Amino acid sequence: MEQLLAQLAIFVIAAFLGWELIQRVPPLLHTPLMSATNAIHGVVLVGAMLALAAGGDLFTRIIGFIAVVFAAMNVVGGFWVTHRMLGMFKPDWARKKKKG
Amino acid sequence: MEQIATFIAYLVAAGLFIIGIRRLREAETARSGNTLAGLGMIIALVATLFVGEFTPDLINALGIGVGVLLGAVLGAFSAQRVPMTAMPQMVATFNGLGGGAIALVAVSEFYQGRATSWVAVITALLTVIIGSISFSGSIVAVSKLQEIALSGSVTFPGQQVVNAIIVLLILALSANVLAGGAIAEVVGLSSFLTPFVTILILLVASLILGFLFVIPIGGADMPVVISLLNAFTGLAAAASGFVLSNYALLIGGTIVGASGTILTQQMSSSLGRPLSSIVFQGIVAPEQDEEEEEREVHEASAEEVGSYLKNEAEKIIMVPGYGLAASQAQGAMYELMQALEDEGKEVKFAIHPVAGRMPGHMNVLLTEADVPYEQLYDMEDINPEFEETDGVIIVGANDVVNPVARDEEKQTAISGMPILNADHAERVIFIKRSLGPGFAGVDNELFYQDNTWMFFSDANQGLHDIAEAVKNA
Repeated sequence: MEQLLAQLAIFVIAAFLGWELIQRVPPLLHTPLMSATNAIHGVVLVGAMLALAAGGDLFTRIIGFIAVVFAAMNVVGGFWVTHRMLGMFKPDWARKKKKG
Repeated sequence: MEQIATFIAYLVAAGLFIIGIRRLREAETARSGNTLAGLGMIIALVATLFVGEFTPDLINALGIGVGVLLGAVLGAFSAQRVPMTAMPQMVATFNGLGGGAIALVAVSEFYQGRATSWVAVITALLTVIIGSISFSGSIVAVSKLQEIALSGSVTFPGQQVVNAIIVLLILALSANVLAGGAIAEVVGLSSFLTPFVTILILLVASLILGFLFVIPIGGADMPVVISLLNAFTGLAAAASGFVLSNYALLIGGTIVGASGTILTQQMSSSLGRPLSSIVFQGIVAPEQDEEEEEREVHEASAEEVGSYLKNEAEKIIMVPGYGLAASQAQGAMYELMQALEDEGKEVKFAIHPVAGRMPGHMNVLLTEADVPYEQLYDMEDINPEFEETDGVIIVGANDVVNPVARDEEKQTAISGMPILNADHAERVIFIKRSLGPGFAGVDNELFYQDNTWMFFSDANQGLHDIAEAVKNA
């Protein structure tokens, strides 16, 4: 019970935090932000690893393995694609700044 | 002792997620934010290897190693290869995979009978339901954006009723699991509907619900749907954090769930439509026009446009839309910008919040083509400037400049959506393949305005021709 209460408290605080974090983001960054948060929920890989580690028979081994592959794609692909996207914002702003 | 160490590692990871998102709010720090969040992920994954419950036998350890490697290679490969124009589909794909993964994790927990307390059962049920909806919904979104199938708004008679029945079925099945199969006993199905079989039916029902939930929503609203499904997957991850008593899942998932919800709201408000109307109605099917008469437009040639821009215009605004992305014409747009700047013209770019197929998508594409970042203006900043602008060049955009949207009475799919005031400029030049309507299927009044020139061409070729015409005029 005590553990449940602690989890609930963390859940509520994290929810408020997430809520507060995304105030007034320029539309420019909406796509990268969505892509990055998409990568962060790739943390399901933690769950997938635990599930496969506990797998005892063929069924749990198979679905555990699929979950691990899916989640790993989510994590790696998610961060990679965000990185590429943000790389587009890099061209030397300073150099090309206002000509007149 | 180890437990405390992993717990602290998870907290560090969560902190890095938060700082990462925080830095992603500004262009200058965004990239480092993504890197920090990625670092947090590595810490969370490594810490998991030391969790007390993590005791894989040899086969499973091998499975984890191979699975992670395989997923990482596949993920990195597709992320590296995907063209920038297909970014929304890519994000939707990764999101669907995450949702599917977490639904499977919860199924596995049920199968092994490890969800024992009522909290674990309820949250595991939520994980299965939300994860599955996210999975199948994302597949539909990808299919729509990639134009594989189901494009536009797909509806059938009695859709709402079918949806309602499935929701009720899901509730009944969940209740049966919670009651340990007692409900199946009452209706005399206990030999068949064991709790685990119930879960499997629940999984399938949720997949169908996710599918039915997204098919009626038109392509123009897909970014909002993807963002919403992203928040769903976050919530499913958070729910699984309760099931597995794992703080990395709990905190990471909750933050994504909450921030994803806010992001979804911001996006739908930039579309000018409340989230509920997007989700529950889909796009109103375009009524086939009552009068199909041919209306007069002024068709212009590249030379005509070029000489106007060179000799009569001083201040020019370009409005890029999805058509530009589709024909990969960012480079040609940059070429025209340079040709105009060489003539001493002032060139700005007006970016509608949903230009392209995702907010911010167009900025990514244009900066990729070397267009300086400070020449890109958001809608609110540029709208007052159209009044004093000579030429507006609209490339592959349609709905975002359609004045019909201002008239809320009209009841079209885009009514009430904020638009760029391109019609206020001295002259409006469209580069477009045809007079066909945009994604939302609404005819554009601006085509027929007196000061509008239509230049019928592919975006890439058209921009190139005009740039040449400007140089030679």
